[in-house]
Amino acid sequence: MADSMTSTPPRAPAPPAASATGRRRGLYGRNLRALSLVTAALVTLTLLGVFFWAPNDAYLGFLQKIFYVHVPLAIVTLCGFIAGGVMAIAHLRTRDPRWDMRSYVAIHISLVFGVAVLITGSIWAKGAWGHWWVWDEPTLVSFLLIMLLYATYQPMRFAIEDPERQARAASVFAITAGVFVPINFAIVRLSTAYVHPRTLDNISGNLPGRMQVVFWLALLSVTLLWVTLWRYEMASKHATAQLRRLRRLLAGDESEAPPRRSAAPSVTTSPGGVG
Amino acid sequence: MSAPAPRTRTVVAALLRKELHVELRTWESVPAMTLFSVTAYVLFHFGLQQDSLGGPLASGVLWVTLLFASILAVNRLFVADDEQGGFDAFLLSPADRGALLLGKALSLLAYLVAFELVAVPAFGLLLLRTSLGAALPGLLAPLALGDLGVAAIGTLVGALAVRTRARDLIGPLLSLPLLVPVVICAARATAPLFMSPAGGLPLRWMLTLGLYDLVFAVIAFALFDFLVED
Repeated sequence: MADSMTSTPPRAPAPPAASATGRRRGLYGRNLRALSLVTAALVTLTLLGVFFWAPNDAYLGFLQKIFYVHVPLAIVTLCGFIAGGVMAIAHLRTRDPRWDMRSYVAIHISLVFGVAVLITGSIWAKGAWGHWWVWDEPTLVSFLLIMLLYATYQPMRFAIEDPERQARAASVFAITAGVFVPINFAIVRLSTAYVHPRTLDNISGNLPGRMQVVFWLALLSVTLLWVTLWRYEMASKHATAQLRRLRRLLAGDESEAPPRRSAAPSVTTSPGGVG
Repeated sequence: MSAPAPRTRTVVAALLRKELHVELRTWESVPAMTLFSVTAYVLFHFGLQQDSLGGPLASGVLWVTLLFASILAVNRLFVADDEQGGFDAFLLSPADRGALLLGKALSLLAYLVAFELVAVPAFGLLLLRTSLGAALPGLLAPLALGDLGVAAIGTLVGALAVRTRARDLIGPLLSLPLLVPVVICAARATAPLFMSPAGGLPLRWMLTLGLYDLVFAVIAFALFDFLVED
């Protein structure tokens, strides 16, 4: 046993610093399990609250419950779009491709959430007003506009081949669209203000106690859901990049097929690292 | 040659001169826009089955037509520079990149004004129920503000789209949602002018449109540099 140990060639030197940093910050997987558990628990709690604890609405009855899904989703989607814009500012300032990746993932997840917002909003409109689409509901209309704009984000990325140029153009888009989000809301709201005077603050103002508690709980859990999904996608993108790098290291550059053209940024894991 | 960087005003003037020169030689943008707008009026006449329009409908038809026609110019704005090395030549010169934005935006503005000199009277002739002469003084301010908005957004989006492979597709898809607020404000502002007892110009909408223009002018100015690198 002992001499077999001595006869083995000396161990490979400690892996270079890049893998250590990769373990420390690279995988974005730290605390991901705890975060997922907390999110799952909160979402479950919220759903229980929505279905069994919050009272039914006097006018809309059971249908009003979609409010606890729709409104938090919408708020989180818009904040996600704006967050994508802020990350894009960081990308343009630092030139760090990881910020582009963060911005891309934020917008990607918000787009998925946004489709859910449009569907739930449409169901709500059908139940409350009898039509699948209502033009004098400013929030719905401005949300559609924002989705129409962001729907071009991925096709635009896909149409630019040079990765650096793609990242820069995407950041310019993300910032412009991020600024567009609040302004567009203000203008569309203004355009219908005379017809249907509405106030945004009836969410926090006119709701009875239990509804308000459930609403804030729902907002918190949808926010956490967004953050968790964002971290999962970041971890996945990162793991893919690491895997490519390791394959290249082990088997040489030729082993790896050139990356498929995609709308997602092709981030290098650690600038100045092994890859 | 280590000449000092030329003054921005000189560069902008030179760029504008070059753009107008190219347009006067090739006639790529303005005639196409004009023809497009007249065709659109004919289409609206048959599509809406109306011989003349008034009020919000007239205002909407006018603005949607102007917007779609201006997309034609936005799409072509940077194409020659991209294909024939204009970008590279500009980047080789010591001029500030903001000057390129300003020169392009001003030339787009000039195209829009030249195009509207024909398209707005044609609208009055073909579709408008009330007299255009009475509405014209009030129409000037919304037209100017609308053109400014199109120029700011169009230049930014044009520079963004021109480097993509599907630029004819990406350009309109990006610029139309961004221009919807311009249509909202401008259509609301001009609708009273086309009523049969003509109303006044709603200042609130003019102000909103002006603010929107300003915001996007600032955004275009802040972000344009990143689009013309390398």
